[in-house]
Amino acid sequence: MLDAFSKIGMYMQYPFVRYALIVGVLIALCSSLLGVTLVLKRFSFIGDGLSHVAFGGVAIASVLNLTDNMLLVLPITIVCAVLLLRTGQNTKIKGDAAIAMISVGALAFGYLLMNIFSTSSNLSGDVCSTLFGSTSILTLTAGEVWLCVALSVVVVAIFIIFYNKIFDVTFDEAFAKSAGTRVDAYNLLIAVIIAVIIVLAMNLVGSLLISALVIFPALSAMRLFKSFRSVTICSAVLSVISALLGILISIVAGTPVGSTIVAVDVAVFFICWVISKIRHT
Amino acid sequence: MALIECKDLSVGYDADVVVENLNFKVNNGDYLCIVGENGSGKSTLMKTLLGLQPPLSGKIETGDGLLPNEIGYLPQQSNIQKDFPASVWEIVLSGCQGRKGIRPFYNAKEKALALENMEKMSVAGFKNRCYRELSGGQQQRVLLARALCATRKVLLMDEPVSGLDPKVTAEMYELIDSLNKEGITIIMISHDIAAAVNYASHILHIGGTYFYGTKEDYLKSNVGRFFLSEAGEGGLANA
Ligand SMILES: Nc1ncnc2c1ncn2[C@@H]1O[C@H](COP(=O)(O)OP(=O)(O)OP(=O)(O)O)[C@@H](O)[C@H]1O
Ligand SMILES: [Mg+2]
Repeated sequence: MLDAFSKIGMYMQYPFVRYALIVGVLIALCSSLLGVTLVLKRFSFIGDGLSHVAFGGVAIASVLNLTDNMLLVLPITIVCAVLLLRTGQNTKIKGDAAIAMISVGALAFGYLLMNIFSTSSNLSGDVCSTLFGSTSILTLTAGEVWLCVALSVVVVAIFIIFYNKIFDVTFDEAFAKSAGTRVDAYNLLIAVIIAVIIVLAMNLVGSLLISALVIFPALSAMRLFKSFRSVTICSAVLSVISALLGILISIVAGTPVGSTIVAVDVAVFFICWVISKIRHT
Repeated sequence: MALIECKDLSVGYDADVVVENLNFKVNNGDYLCIVGENGSGKSTLMKTLLGLQPPLSGKIETGDGLLPNEIGYLPQQSNIQKDFPASVWEIVLSGCQGRKGIRPFYNAKEKALALENMEKMSVAGFKNRCYRELSGGQQQRVLLARALCATRKVLLMDEPVSGLDPKVTAEMYELIDSLNKEGITIIMISHDIAAAVNYASHILHIGGTYFYGTKEDYLKSNVGRFFLSEAGEGGLANA
């Protein structure tokens, strides 16, 4: 145990480890905030679909040899978020079918592109790291850290400013509309924020595991608390703790960062589930 | 000028017309009951009045200084999410969202209004309880308190007593009646024709047959007599 602590202390000397912790905590915080809304609005599958779209975006960026793939991936993901939301309201194509189409299509298309055009010698390694998170979290530059900090501040600020509106449109859309709240605009805002968060979180856990980062803390918190505010705060706290623990464990044990964080999230969920069961008996 | 006036109103979904050529007006202080069979379009009409969906044709005019977002709405129970983690306080306060506008947080006046309406509906004792853990009657009163935060003028209610036991149903009707006596206009959907003619001042009957008028005229009309006798038999059959 002591050994692990001294090892962590040693690693802390390195800026890249500190960067990884900062970025990891911020991403975990942002992704947990909207988790409650996503789960309750039955939007969680949109997160899943978007992460596959982001994967497709990364594939295109790598084929085009873009140095900063964020510039391409972010707009593509935002556009798809808006499109998915539109079709979700349209009764002609069922929302979930549209999401399945776009997400599986993007996944296949992305892999195809990477396969045909990739000049890399380690193709399956590239694909794997895009899907499951790469070590790129450990190779962040100061600039990337600042970008992440800035985006996180914006996301948290928007969430706080629109906290009450987000509650209104999540709890009862019909009532919100009748009270003059612009439900469509806020749904759009929620979709755009999700897109930003997903692109941010790609670096941390990879596109396959993002949904876990968004959904697990919310589900855990919903076992324990009963008001919207306490569930939101609790899920943010749980998510940050899981991310910290996950990153530290992965450093000490040498496990992949993304899947370790998600594993911790799952463990936390089970602990919360057990606590709620014990409380009810 | 009437509070709400519908002229040749048709409501429905895209190409599906559910009800056509509705003409009625609701004056300040009225108690209008909308009755009709299942699927006759009562909820659709109410959603159109609320502006949740556009009318297929015709017009809805509001007067007497009634703004579109000054209508209190009590949705049909099934529309509320059952597993939502929200406290009673959070829900009632969200009734003030229309007043709040784009301001991010509720001010002291809105919080006082929410508290006042909770006391009025006797749910202040549950302030911090979770909504989903309340009984059906308590939940309805919470939603009524929320609707009262949204309006001082008109309440639209979609089957406010469905799923409640006879005692709580009677209490609910008394509560709604007392609100009406305070001057709040009530528009209510109901399956309970007997209660409707008991409390309402006006009846709108849609579906196979159409009737709009005062309760007294409804009782004298053929439609009214027919449905009342049917409801009476139903009541006997159940007993
Ligand atoms: N979202 C929808 N899209 C298309 N048609 C709908 C939709 N909702 C309801 N309908 C149809 O419109 C008609 C009227 O439905 P509505 O819900 O208004 O009936 P209602 O009078 O409120 O019935 P109930 O007494 O059961 O509540 C029904 O035939 C129904 O099938
Ligand atoms: Mg209905």
